[in-house]
Amino acid sequence: MNFQAILDSLPKLLSGTVLTLELVGVSLLIGLLLALPMALMRVSRRPLVRMLPYGYIFFFRGTPLLVQIFMIYYGASQFEWIRESALWPILREPYWCAIIAFALNTGAYTAEILRGAIQAVPRGEIEAARAIGMSLPLAYRRIILPQAVRIGLPAYGNEIILMIKGSALASTITLLDLTGMARTLIARNYLPVEMFLTAGLIYLAMTLVLTQLFGALERRLGRHLRPHTG
Amino acid sequence: MFELQGFGDQILLGALMTLQLAAGAVAVGLVLGLLGASAKLSRSRLARAAAGLYTTVVRGVPELIIVLLIYFGTAGMLTALAGTFGHQGYVELSPYAAGVTALGITFGSYATEVFRGAMLAIPRGQIEAAQAFGMGRWLTFHRIVLPQVWRIALPGLGNLFLVLLKDTALVSLIGLEELMRKSSIAIGFTKEPFTFYLLAAIIYLGMTVVTMAGIHFAERWANRGLERSRT
Repeated sequence: MNFQAILDSLPKLLSGTVLTLELVGVSLLIGLLLALPMALMRVSRRPLVRMLPYGYIFFFRGTPLLVQIFMIYYGASQFEWIRESALWPILREPYWCAIIAFALNTGAYTAEILRGAIQAVPRGEIEAARAIGMSLPLAYRRIILPQAVRIGLPAYGNEIILMIKGSALASTITLLDLTGMARTLIARNYLPVEMFLTAGLIYLAMTLVLTQLFGALERRLGRHLRPHTG
Repeated sequence: MFELQGFGDQILLGALMTLQLAAGAVAVGLVLGLLGASAKLSRSRLARAAAGLYTTVVRGVPELIIVLLIYFGTAGMLTALAGTFGHQGYVELSPYAAGVTALGITFGSYATEVFRGAMLAIPRGQIEAAQAFGMGRWLTFHRIVLPQVWRIALPGLGNLFLVLLKDTALVSLIGLEELMRKSSIAIGFTKEPFTFYLLAAIIYLGMTVVTMAGIHFAERWANRGLERSRT
């Protein structure tokens, strides 16, 4: 094991880590914005409204993330009308293609997490809210969504970890995220074991920190549910 | 809808390779999962620590890194190993062997948790009863625990298989000619990336749907004779 090479590569790997965190952060934010309206549609009383987002969710959960990235990054260039449209400056950038693919992907998973959480809110509480005259939007804001957030939190923590790990695929479309940086360094120093192990440990550190963070958040949001002690 | 320009049979061969890869990885992963779960529930502190390290590390590192590490990382070791036996030149795992190993290790780390939960769900009294009959530890595991573990673990394993099926696409990056790689090759000639990646996506979707149906029937079969708990 060449420890000197690992030490030398750390600044570059850490700059890759910053890009990884940026990609994940932006994608999660857009994904969350996509997921909320879709989750609300998924719990609608009308079958047609329920079915509408399902096609999208089914596609993005049923196909590999790699296919989704390639479809957007390489696939978009197949069509003349895209290349001549105003969207082309965005779709030709690997950075934005990665974010679009990640956001659409995590949006689909998050929508289902949120749907499950909304449906897990006790029915009686929603009925009580309506009975005292709250409109449905108000009931959503004050009763349903705050509880759904608490219920869905553990699953969402797992989704963030999957997104961090999935973001390694950004390296396949030339981005220099943590994995991309490791692969670039290997092309120069021929030390695949050292570089991939170091990159792997940095990913591991990120996922462990996140697990701790979500554990603490879960305890805090659920503190009113614990029996009093002492 | 799809003008495949003669690449249809190549895509089909790729899809078959994807399935072969998934099957190989499941075989490796099930063995690792059973070993890992047994280690986590073992009395030996060393075994528990080793299994804990295995699941924590593998589940916290991207699958892509594991695939690349196994493929490019083992070549150096294997070449050195072959060198000590007098072999000259470069030795590496084939992309298929590396893919099966890497995805098997990943599947195994998640399966460890699924099996552990299933083993814990088996009533303690049954194991005590088996031992009271004079069954040894292996016989108890083989006759009492294992047959029931399959039934309890099936839903969890089914989900893991769906994840694995999608992870097989990563092995295209080390050159295995499975569905994704074959699609990329076809795109090199036809210059129609969207068409062929969409086709690949639809084939993955089809595999997912068939797998989901398969899991459903496997669960029905495994639970035959058992009353379903109602709420």
